[in-house]
Parts: sequence; structure tokens; C-alpha cells
Amino acid sequence: MSLILLVEQALNGLQLGVMLFLMAAGLTLIFGVMGLINLAHGSLYMVGAFAAAAVAGLTGSFLLALVASLAAAALAGVIVEMTVIRRLYDRDHLDQVLATFALILIFSEGTRWFYGSVPLYLDRPEWLSGTVTLPLGIEYSAYRLALIGAGLAVAAGLFWMIARTRLGIQIRAGENDREMIGALGVNISALYTLVFALGAALAGLAGALIGAIQSVQVGMGEPVLILAFVVIVIGGIGSIKGALVGAILVGMTDTLGRVLLPQAFALFMDASSATTAGSALASMAIYLLMAGVLLFRPKGLFGGATA
Amino acid sequence: MLNAALLLGLLAIPLWAWIVDEPFTITLVTRAVILAIAGVGLNVALGLGGLVSLGHAAFFGLGGYAMGILAYHAQTYTPLIEVPFLIEGTKSMPVIWLVAIAVSALAALAIGALSLRTTGVYFIMITLAFGQMFYYFAISWPAYGGEDGLSIYVRNGVAGLNMMDPLTFFAICYALLLLVLFIVSRLAASPFGLMLGAARQNPARVEAVGQGPYRLYLTAFVISGAITGLAGALFADLNRFVSPVMLSWQTSGEIMVFVILGGVGRVFGPVAGAALFIALEHWLGGLSDYWHIYLGAILLGVVLFARGGIYGLIAGRGVAHD
Repeated sequence: MSLILLVEQALNGLQLGVMLFLMAAGLTLIFGVMGLINLAHGSLYMVGAFAAAAVAGLTGSFLLALVASLAAAALAGVIVEMTVIRRLYDRDHLDQVLATFALILIFSEGTRWFYGSVPLYLDRPEWLSGTVTLPLGIEYSAYRLALIGAGLAVAAGLFWMIARTRLGIQIRAGENDREMIGALGVNISALYTLVFALGAALAGLAGALIGAIQSVQVGMGEPVLILAFVVIVIGGIGSIKGALVGAILVGMTDTLGRVLLPQAFALFMDASSATTAGSALASMAIYLLMAGVLLFRPKGLFGGATA
Repeated sequence: MLNAALLLGLLAIPLWAWIVDEPFTITLVTRAVILAIAGVGLNVALGLGGLVSLGHAAFFGLGGYAMGILAYHAQTYTPLIEVPFLIEGTKSMPVIWLVAIAVSALAALAIGALSLRTTGVYFIMITLAFGQMFYYFAISWPAYGGEDGLSIYVRNGVAGLNMMDPLTFFAICYALLLLVLFIVSRLAASPFGLMLGAARQNPARVEAVGQGPYRLYLTAFVISGAITGLAGALFADLNRFVSPVMLSWQTSGEIMVFVILGGVGRVFGPVAGAALFIALEHWLGGLSDYWHIYLGAILLGVVLFARGGIYGLIAGRGVAHD
């Protein structure tokens, strides 16, 4: 276990965390403002990835593909919000879970019907395909480094928007008292659609960015969705800051657990059973982290009155 | 009336199929009966207690693995554990059922004790996450097949009956469904069931009369998990195969769909829901490879426009959950 490998894995963990934040931020905003639990958020992630792969295949431009992922996911978000989600705001969580579960079935099978079950591939752009030499002589993938940068930039933009802009004020007001901002003349249904589209666009962007590392296929959204849930539970529902901290914690725990736990077990076991036990435990690590956080903070690290 | 018609229907179809010699239909109805047991189990938490658990696949899969692991050791003649004392595998169904019930009840106790510290949307996400934990563990643990799952050669047995005969196996599952329905309907009418219903509607008042809702919820969650675990053991026996798919979150979602299609909070609702689900799967699956689209559309329609499920539509009464 060299230091270089450790730093590399820590960067991988940070990269996973930053991407999880893009998913979790949308989910937590939608829950905070509209009180809606959206299982179909993973489908919007998938829509973004497929749109990016399709546009990249047509034009060959990665930047255009990213724009397409944002636009397609936001558009899908607006359509879904106006036709289905809007009817669910004053329903109980059970109805929301079922209706959005139904949306997953429709999105997944619809995509399978349209594109087939064969995974698509989204190529990284030429100018980010190599490696970068970091201090200490660490060689690291330029694309992954760009992902970390892009994710952190989006996070900064989101914090700025919520703290400084008119929309951000309305979002914060909406989290505190939904009826009141309606009474103050804010167009609630437009605000809801906008917030949903924003969350969808973030998910779509994450899908496109991750799609260039993994393959683009049906069902890619749900594992990420569940990780994003873990993030939100750890961070506290409705808190953007909690989503960021939770995402990085989960990303680090998952990535480092997979590297370190088998090695830790190897100290007192033979190599093959250490690999087995270590990787089995590593696959459970983030859930154990979540259970641990819940024991001490049932509302999550930054969960406050809005849960 | 409706309940009796439903149960008679479930009994009549396999008998008819047996007469005209259509074993596939018997297996199909057996599937519906087993999934109905799982749905009845989830309904104890969801309908009676108002606990929206998206992690019941964990119990369903644990029941399945209890069957798979015990039968695997019996058919390979290897002991399950040698230290501190010898435990052998078994092909005896009643033993497997008891183990499945005990294991899933224990898991439900652990998951419930942690998850019930929270409410509402947190509870949904946490049960979903714990369910995934078992799923990933099953995939990454190679001793019992890992991702490929575990097959057994012959169905397990009860009292020398030939379980490979579809009608015999159906009869056993059907009898268990009746037993579970009887227990759950007695439970719903018992002081515990009434208290649980009160806790669902108004936790503060239940607390005020000196009954902690936490203990009521936890008891309901454990009973619910145990019944779903029994269904899992039967389901694995039906297929003679268990794999991590049984633990996946889609399974949790589907069990919940049975409950909703039938009507939440009605003891017989999940039976109608599971029967309808299997009928839809069979009928739509023959129509198109992409039948999940139609299932999604139907489910969306039920949630948005027919909130009482089938039972609500036919019996004409309002929503059972509130």
C-alpha cells in the first residue's frame, strides 16, 4: 500500500462523492421544497446519459453532448412534473413512492424499447483523455480530475444561487412555509416546475459525466439513486450542505473501503479469504456508516426542522 | 363475499388445470399464491402500521437463501457448521420454513430497531438502503453462488409427499396462504391490531395513553418480515433456485405493487393484487416484451385515480389508508 495509490483512491472517492452530490442535491431540493420523494430521479440520470451518448454519436462533440444531457433531462423533468408529479404533492409518501416507481418502469422499458439492451458508449473528449501529473509525481486521469472540478464548480454555483439569488430566496422560503410564499404572490406551480427541472438537469448532467466512465445502459440510474438516498439520510433531508458532506463521506467510504478493507483483513487471514471477507464487508460499508449516523443523529448530520 | 370468491377462484383454476392437464397454469397460480403471502406480510407493516417499507426484498431473499443454503448442504452432504456443534443441512420443508421465519424475523428486528428511529420519508429511504445492503452482500459473497445464485435439484419435502407434483406443491402453498390470512385477520382485530391502527392514525394519542408507538411498530415490522420470509422460502422452492435478484429493490417494489393494486390495509387486498399482477404479467408479457411499460401505466392510473385499489373499486368504499 503505497502513498501514491492511497492518494489516487482518495481522489477516486472524491470524484464519486462529487457526482453523488449532483444527484443528491436535486433529490434533497425537491424534497425540501415540495415534500416529494422521487424514485424516478435515477431515470432522469439515465435520460441525461442517453441524450449525451446520442448527441455525441451524431456530432462527435462532448460539450454539445453535455448541453444535450442538461436539456433533455430538464425537459423530461418538466414534462413529468406537469403531467404526473404535480398531482402528488398533497398525497402521502406511499402514493409518491408508487407513482414514481411506475415512472421508473415506464422510463426504463421505454428506453429499452427505443435503444435496445445493448449498452452505448460515450467517449471522453480528446483533450481530457490522458493523465495529469500531480505533485508527488502522481499520475491521475485528466477526465476524472475534470469531473471533480466540474462537480465542485456546480456545487459552488448551487450554494451561490441559493444564498444570493431571487430564486434561491424563494426556494428557502418555500422550504419554510409553502402557503405563505404563495400568499406573497410567488407563482408556486411555476416555482415547483422550475425546481424539479433544476434537479432533473443536475441528475442528467451527472448521468452524462459518469456515462463517459461507465457504459450507458438501461437501469444505470437506480444504483446511483439508492446511493444518493444514503447520502441524503446521512446528510439530513432538505440540506444542500448535508448533501455535499454526505456525498463526499459516502464516496470516500465506498472507494477506500474497497481498497483498504481486503488489505486490513489480510493482516490476520490468508490472502484469498481476506479478499472475500474484505470485499463483502466493503460492499456493506456505506450502509453501516448510515446505520452509525442514524444511531446518533436520527435526522442526519445537518437535518433540522424541515424534515 | 369478495374474499371467498377470490379464494375459490385461486383454488378452482389449478383444479381445472389439473383436470385438463396444464401443469404450467398450476405453477402460475402457485406463484400468485406465494407472492400473495409476501404481500400479506408487507401489508401488516404497510397497511396496518402505515410503515412504508421499501426493503422487504431483504426478508423475501433471506427466506429464499435460508431454503437455498439448507438444501444445498443437504444435497452436497456437507455440514452447515461444525464448530461449536454440528448443524447439517436439511431437505425438510417445515424445518426450512421455521428457519426462514426465524432468520427474517431477526433481520426485521435489527433493521426495524434502527429504521424506526426515524419516520416518513427517512424510513422509506433507510429500509431501501438496508435492503440493498443484503443485495450487495449476496453478490459479493461467493460461498453460495454470489451473483449466479444457488440451484437445488429436487424440491424439499413434507411427510413423504411428492413435491415435484405441481398440484401437491400448490396445495401446500394454498394451505399456508389460508393460515397466514387467518392469523393476520385475527391480528388485525386483536387489541394489538387496533392499537397499531391507532398508532398509524395518531401516534401522539397512542403515546398519551401509555403505549409507545415504537414497540407497536417494531412488533408489526417483525411479524411482517417473518411472513415475507416464509413466502421467500416457498418462492425459492417453487423455482428450485435462489439468487440475489430476490433481494433486489425491484422485488421490494413489486411486493409493494401487489399491496397497492389490491388495496392498502385490507387483509385480502394483496391476494387480489398478486393474482392481478401475475395475470397481467402473463397476459401483457405474451403481448409485448416491454410489458413493464403497461404495468407502469396501470400502476400510475391506480395511484392517481383509483386510490383504494381493486378492492376499493369493487367494494366501492373509500381509501383504506389515511
